[in-house]
Amino acid sequence: MSRFIRFVETFNSLDKRWIFLAVGVAVVTATIFRLTFPEIPTPMVRAIYDKVETLPVGSRVLLPFDYDPGSEPELQPMADAFVRQCAEKGLKMYFIALWPLGQSMVEGVINRVLLEEYPQLRYGEDYVDLGYKSGGEGVIAVILTDLKKLYTTDARGTNIEAIPMMAGIANIRGFDLILNVSAGYPGLKEWIQYAGTPGNIPTAGGCTAVQAPLLYPYHPDQMLGLMGGIKAAAEYEALMMEGYPKFAENKARYLTALTRMGPQTVAHLAIIFFIVAGNVAYQIMRRRKGAAR
Amino acid sequence: MMRRTIPLFITAFVGSILVIAYFIPHPPFDQLREDFSIFFDIIAAVAFILGGGNLIRMHGNRVSRREKGYGYSLVTVIGFALVLVIGLTKMGNPDGFRNSSVTAAGSYFDLAYQYVFRPCAATMFALLAFYVASASFRAFRAKNVEASILLLVAFIILVGRTFVGAWLTAWLPPSLDFLTIPYLADKIMTVLNFAGNRAIMIGIALGIVSTSLKVIIGIDRSYLGSG
Repeated sequence: MSRFIRFVETFNSLDKRWIFLAVGVAVVTATIFRLTFPEIPTPMVRAIYDKVETLPVGSRVLLPFDYDPGSEPELQPMADAFVRQCAEKGLKMYFIALWPLGQSMVEGVINRVLLEEYPQLRYGEDYVDLGYKSGGEGVIAVILTDLKKLYTTDARGTNIEAIPMMAGIANIRGFDLILNVSAGYPGLKEWIQYAGTPGNIPTAGGCTAVQAPLLYPYHPDQMLGLMGGIKAAAEYEALMMEGYPKFAENKARYLTALTRMGPQTVAHLAIIFFIVAGNVAYQIMRRRKGAAR
Repeated sequence: MMRRTIPLFITAFVGSILVIAYFIPHPPFDQLREDFSIFFDIIAAVAFILGGGNLIRMHGNRVSRREKGYGYSLVTVIGFALVLVIGLTKMGNPDGFRNSSVTAAGSYFDLAYQYVFRPCAATMFALLAFYVASASFRAFRAKNVEASILLLVAFIILVGRTFVGAWLTAWLPPSLDFLTIPYLADKIMTVLNFAGNRAIMIGIALGIVSTSLKVIIGIDRSYLGSG
């Protein structure tokens, strides 16, 4: 048996630990060298960006953050980007969470983006955190007709009647946009089914990459755009960089998805290499076995 | 008798009202729908207490019986009790006990969340990449025609998700745009995936309708534990 065939045979049944090591090296290398690659925004991502851009100053945007720390690395960049664009456009932001840990995600975005980058925005006048409520789609069904029946206070315990930006809001039907970030159930699908479609409210959002194929069927009539995973978030950041050049000045802070796409792209390339090489090895071994018979 | 009849009546009544309210969103049905939705939210909140109790009972039993892997259950019970206590007593809260948030920055609850839960959850999620790589290497083998099609589609989607997809086929003239990898990846997702997923969703919806009707009418009583 030649050396080549022995190598092919070994590769064909490669121990998974070698694959783990290769992927680990690929990700670490890309992270250390801060590799970034250009992103071309897809129509679904551009649709969300354009929608936010065309909203008049003072429009009401509902921001349900339905994810937790498990998917934070993938979803936090798009949540940050949504909030930054809303803040730049002077839109009223209403945060809400249907996941118990979504509340912490909302607090994180408020601290990281609004308090640090937009200190001029005032809580209760420009943005409000309505907090977490259990009940999933049940909560959505209620606030579609009567928001104050469920939300008597905000997340900080302030009476809802005492919050200036809540004045005149009976339910979420009057909102101009729902921008959801979700990692599963309840999430974007429920917001489309129980709020967007029956309430005729424009709905869009972001989700993890594995969830995206399940949500595509709602586009374009029930969901105006979708951002699937860190790749779509990077595309959104590319658009943000185009529309607001100041964000290009500090990539580490403002363009986290573009920065994270580097390691993901390299990991994808490593996986593609293993799939192609694995198939070549498999076909060689199969032909050898066929010839031996 | 009453143990079965009353739950069956409640299910039939609430289920019928919710169905009617969807088609006739006017008084009294819209108001009843809203009230039932609030009842649901209240019950969902109570379910947290039941869930916590169930978790302690299940893992507590495993620990007391020294079942295989009881160490993991012990960690679960200790972790649960610890976080519950520091949360309820607002331990280490810089704003004190009264009129302060449980999640206030610097509280022990916040520290446990920031420095234990968050990194552990993110690590678990990150590990998926390694398993996906290993599974792809073994599963995507062109053993027959079906597997070859799956491999080709997976390859186009994977490459299409990177800049390499655009780069590999950038040399194609504009008239052959439909052969570029990003275009193909987009069409696979928005045409083939759309069609397949919509068919599955319609099937699921019809299944839910028939199951719901069986529950409302009282044919399916499995939720009462009677099979």
